[in-house]
Amino acid sequence: MKIIACIKQVPDSEAKVRAEGGQVSWGDAPLVINPFDEYAVEGALQQKEASGGTVTALCVGTESAKEALKHALAMGADEAILVSDAALNDLDTVGAAKVLAAAIQKIGGADMVVFGRQTLDNGAGLTPAQTARVLGWPMLGLAGQIKVDGGSVTVERVLEEGRQSMKANLPAVLSVVQSIGEPRYPSFMGIRKASKATIPVWSLSDLGASAPAPIVTRTELMNPPAQETATEMITGETPAEIAEKLADKIIAEKVL
Amino acid sequence: MKTFVYIDHFKGEVQPASWEALGLAKSFGTAVALVFGTGVDEVAKAAVEFGADEVLVADDSSLTDYRAEVYASTLSALASSQSPNLILFPTTARTREMAAMSAVDLNTGVLTDVSALEVNGESFIATRPIYEGKVLEKTVCSGKPVMATIRGRAFPKPNREEGKSGTITKVSAAGEAKSTVEGYSASESAVNLGDAPVIVSGGRGVSNNPNITPPAGMDEKQAEVWRAQQGFALITDLATLLGGAVGASRAAVDGGYITYAHQVGQTGKVVAPDLYIAAGISGAIQHLVGMRNAKLIVAINKDADAPIFKQARYGVVGDLFQILPALTEAMKKKLGK
Repeated sequence: MKIIACIKQVPDSEAKVRAEGGQVSWGDAPLVINPFDEYAVEGALQQKEASGGTVTALCVGTESAKEALKHALAMGADEAILVSDAALNDLDTVGAAKVLAAAIQKIGGADMVVFGRQTLDNGAGLTPAQTARVLGWPMLGLAGQIKVDGGSVTVERVLEEGRQSMKANLPAVLSVVQSIGEPRYPSFMGIRKASKATIPVWSLSDLGASAPAPIVTRTELMNPPAQETATEMITGETPAEIAEKLADKIIAEKVL
Repeated sequence: MKTFVYIDHFKGEVQPASWEALGLAKSFGTAVALVFGTGVDEVAKAAVEFGADEVLVADDSSLTDYRAEVYASTLSALASSQSPNLILFPTTARTREMAAMSAVDLNTGVLTDVSALEVNGESFIATRPIYEGKVLEKTVCSGKPVMATIRGRAFPKPNREEGKSGTITKVSAAGEAKSTVEGYSASESAVNLGDAPVIVSGGRGVSNNPNITPPAGMDEKQAEVWRAQQGFALITDLATLLGGAVGASRAAVDGGYITYAHQVGQTGKVVAPDLYIAAGISGAIQHLVGMRNAKLIVAINKDADAPIFKQARYGVVGDLFQILPALTEAMKKKLGK
């Protein structure tokens, strides 16, 4: 089976992200593989172990995103490809889906494409379904379990309402959620292999594609309103006394 | 101005933010509700009662189970023939997918998780969170129609006028499904954090009650989970009394104390209830970004230096195993329940 795991590079989740001078700033926080995409790589590697084949990590980004791809290689991916082009700076999700679909077609022969459920930066969670739509392949979203049987794949989809079993023919696009299992740590051998790997960089012309014009654009960036919370500590001699005072305060706020 | 409002339901159970979207659409002009599925007459009737000017019902066997592809194709066909200015959705797992696909068909874009939407001439300016709510952006969509999924509880819910009659029009399904639904198992307890007016959440601290003894024969991890479940029972008591839902921090979910569906925060659900009570949660940034938009935040923690107190309007430094039951009792009395 040929599996492609799509990943993105984002600022570390601990980063203090702020709007500064119309730009998003994350200070000196490191850029890392999008945490949700680690589950995508994990899910892809599980399928490789179950059915044999290869895992290719694919990323659209700047040169620095090679580090995120190296993380996927260190986890066990067989190869990594970066799509990078100065014309891709203003991609929206439809644009990203078109570029990814073109790269998936160029890689060729994929049976399964696996995404994380969303990215930590934009957080829209649209790209997996849009990539499926551009490719014309079935979309199985929010998979917590994946089972391949011959030419078809069955996933257990994790919804707020419950778990739903869905089946589609391969090739298919999947997005995975945390229930897929904790992403494995890169092994020592994996890290060594990743550090030596040469990661091909494809430009738009390598893909035979032009830069998609962005349809969704940002007009303003803001920091959330400062929290002007003056915390009032409730104290008392006994839990009952504290609870009594706290209950009065909550009721007085008229939020119930 | 004509707006389509997609009424998202799962087996006839409507996501309440669908009605909030309908109210928002009415504020812009004509609101046309879309109901897809089979046997959805009750949903269509509710859409009329919540104020839809017209309801388009696609009742077709291909739509019995939600499948993204055929739902998206049906939506795209309706949008192509009727040319709405705007299509609104509640933000759910299903609408993210079908809106995403339909935007590809219609060569437009989707603004997700929108908490404010202004009209400026022909265009709409949406406010939405990025970087898990650490930053907000205003975005516009140059495609037609503009598609937006709205955040639950960000817009007022319109009043329901029982028994109101209105125009319900049958429309056709379009496109082909590319998958089959093989089975379904409901959640043990329905968790809908996004719509809950009150959330009581527990963190790692719920497993630390020294005054209870786990049943014999448990290993250390089993005993920890057992303790935590006793702690979550106290949280559930208070949440139930206040008509709310039970939330959890990532630490509690990772510890196996409670299922992922309850997780509030960066990798869980971003919520904005009227009242949020955090018990035994220290307040990692990943949790804070998920709940800081609650109207009133109350924190109970035994560590006076816990960061959660900086976000809270009221704080109690103390033992949650004593405070929570006492608070439940006090509330029961004062609310006359």
